[in-house]
Amino acid sequence: MSLNIIVLAKQVPDTRNVGKDAMKEDGTINRAALPAIFNPEDLNALEQALKLKEQYPGSKVTLLSMGPARAAEIIREGMYRGADGGIVLSDRAFAGSDTLATSYALSAAVAKIGQYDLIIGGRQAIDGDTAQVGPQIAEKLHLPQVTYAEDIIEVKDGKALVKRRIESGVETVRTPIPAVITVNGSAAPCRPRNAKFVQKYKYAAVPSEVAADPAKKDLIEKRPYLNIGEWSAQYVDADLNQCGLAGSPTKVKQIENVVFTAKDARRVENNDQEIETLIKELIANHTIG
Amino acid sequence: MANFYKDNEALKHYLTHPMMEKIVALKERDYADAEKYDYAPFDYADAQDSYDKVLEIVGEICGDIIAENAEEVDHTGPRVENNRVIYAEGTARNLDACRKAGLMGMAMPRRLGGLNFPITPYIMAADIVSRADAGFENLWGLQDCAETIYEFADEDQKQRYIPRVCAGETMSMDLTEPDAGSDLQSVMLKASQKEDGSWVLNGVKRFITNGDSDIHLVLARSEEGTKDGRGLSMFIYDKRNGGVNVRRIENKMGIKGSPTCELTYKDAPAELVGSRRLGLIKYVMALMNGARLGIAAQSVGLSEAAYREALGYAKERCQFGKPIIEFPAVSEILSVMKAKLDATRALLYACSRYVDVYKIYDDIAKERKLSVEERKEAKEFSKLADAFTPLAKGLSSEFCNQNAYDAIQIHGGSGFMKDYACERIYRDARITSIYEGTTQLQVVAAIRHVTTGTYLNWINSHLEGEFNPADQAVVAKLKAMAEKYAAAVEAVTAVGDTKYLDFMARRLVEMAGYSVMSILLLEDAARNDMFRRSLNVFVNFAEAEVEKHAAFIAKCAPEQLNNYLYSQD
Repeated sequence: MSLNIIVLAKQVPDTRNVGKDAMKEDGTINRAALPAIFNPEDLNALEQALKLKEQYPGSKVTLLSMGPARAAEIIREGMYRGADGGIVLSDRAFAGSDTLATSYALSAAVAKIGQYDLIIGGRQAIDGDTAQVGPQIAEKLHLPQVTYAEDIIEVKDGKALVKRRIESGVETVRTPIPAVITVNGSAAPCRPRNAKFVQKYKYAAVPSEVAADPAKKDLIEKRPYLNIGEWSAQYVDADLNQCGLAGSPTKVKQIENVVFTAKDARRVENNDQEIETLIKELIANHTIG
Repeated sequence: MANFYKDNEALKHYLTHPMMEKIVALKERDYADAEKYDYAPFDYADAQDSYDKVLEIVGEICGDIIAENAEEVDHTGPRVENNRVIYAEGTARNLDACRKAGLMGMAMPRRLGGLNFPITPYIMAADIVSRADAGFENLWGLQDCAETIYEFADEDQKQRYIPRVCAGETMSMDLTEPDAGSDLQSVMLKASQKEDGSWVLNGVKRFITNGDSDIHLVLARSEEGTKDGRGLSMFIYDKRNGGVNVRRIENKMGIKGSPTCELTYKDAPAELVGSRRLGLIKYVMALMNGARLGIAAQSVGLSEAAYREALGYAKERCQFGKPIIEFPAVSEILSVMKAKLDATRALLYACSRYVDVYKIYDDIAKERKLSVEERKEAKEFSKLADAFTPLAKGLSSEFCNQNAYDAIQIHGGSGFMKDYACERIYRDARITSIYEGTTQLQVVAAIRHVTTGTYLNWINSHLEGEFNPADQAVVAKLKAMAEKYAAAVEAVTAVGDTKYLDFMARRLVEMAGYSVMSILLLEDAARNDMFRRSLNVFVNFAEAEVEKHAAFIAKCAPEQLNNYLYSQD
């Protein structure tokens, strides 16, 4: 049995090295002032995919990242570690996307890829810390989801067995596939770059990079595996009204430091009624909504 | 988030040495593999870029994983359970990272699963790994043994074993026995041939680094009734076949993560490598030369670690109201440490380039006949490699011990405690001047290049070139040093007594080494200003040492030799 695995990856500013000009006055990130890295938990997700690829020979790992053409850097990083290839979903129409618009665009790209058994991503990105995109993609594609995964133990008979980190310990669940799995930072760290893959893939590029450096053109024509996809909104048949700023209900009003004062934890059972009560309560006290 | 390659500019300097263009073109057979392998370079710039990127991986793994695990590995170490070695947890993680990064079998050809790296970038990786954890370098560096299989085993053996090494299986070289240390001619492990022509091994080996490895190279006595080196042959033992057990591992002073094993062979099936009787006189000699270069790299890596620990501490530690680095007594120690580090690294990579050229020609000679000029060049570089290997191993291991000692001195009382890395470095460094041939044995290997003039010719030809006018003063000093060396050689050999020559040998070899290293630093400084300070410091140091040896040789006449000799009664 071989699997088609899509790994969702984001290129993020390295928030571990934040300087004072990290944020613009309008509250958005000043990307120029921060080095761009592979989102750490997406690396944990990639490791799970690569482990499955070893477990089920013939499996294919495709990275998918939304961002500027520069995001090809993390696709290459993934290929250096063992991914088979990747796609950068890049279009001016996606600029200013919140989680809703991002998950819309990514799910359109996933639908365009078409063949997949698992969609694996990091729990959350270190720039936004929302942990919403993975679950939203699952909802949009009508797929089951497993969050906070630590180990995708096996895939057998159309089901994946997943160990997940929960508040009080670990829980092992089985989900039908295709499914969306978001991976926690406590999962195994990603393997290092591999010497052969680095040498094989170092010239891999998206078309816009090749256009900027024509010397690469001949090489990429001779070696098709060096092509990284660069997909537009139109290519993935996205509705522009649901993309970018137009599709983003979230607006940053202002930024302030919030210090949590509540100390008590409350347990909510995992059933619709209790969750609904909690949501109503949170809306009533303006925590959300 | 440390990268032990990127933070060390000297490595890139040697990687891009002018001689590398030729070495890489030879190694890559004018880039013929590019059509066959998707990871092979298509020109020199592409190859350089690949070495750079792969060394970046090495640097990252070393900075983030291997160096981080070093202390824990030093404290827990490996253990033996049911006759098998179990590595310390950190060691297992290090190995896993190296395997996944494809850093095993780096110098092996691509058709056998390797990266086809020249020796120079491979040795650079060894330098970097040693800085992170010298004990781990032993396990990782034993991939060298694949080189012996590649050079001397038959094609079928190469096909069966080398890809396994490239995939990450570990190796060991089983040479030493209780009564055969430096004197390997006394090896007694018995190899017997059965009626079907196959071989089995019986006996004991001691002090075997990584003795529970997957694939062993074993030196054994195949010729019954013989007593010397000519009765020894080389064998491969595959752990999958069973027959070798680990009786115990040594409790060592340093490199504690590297298991040093006592092995018992009980009818262990083995395969003969190459021809009978050539085990010691040809194969082990070749294996040893590779291993000695590895120890030179290990020593340089340890020196680097010692220097960085000392420098960091001296900048932070305040006494009498200021950082101790501001006191000349401290900054002098640091400057000399750095000069010794840079000098031995220059020697290490000069040596690795020479080894590269002659080994690659040897390999090409298996594919086609070398031209007259190529043969001449191969011979010349083989001689240089033979002369520089004991020099590099001997001097870098001694200097790394001195640097480790000084690193503790800079730390003061704190350095004597287990809290700082310098005490581990000190313990790890101690073995470098002992194993793979003690310093005294390196002198034995080097002395013939003193008497035949290999070193002096090299020194004189390198001082003939054009130099920057600003360097004239240094060049004049180096010429004076060379003259003193030549005069000392002359004086000692004129006596015509081998005992006297043996007695003075170490001094003569060191004098040659100081001149060679000074010249190499001068050439490095011409390419990169970062070496200028070390050049000046080292030349001062070398000049004084040469004077000291010259004075001793002049004053210690052969009649005095008796004062230094012991007899059994």
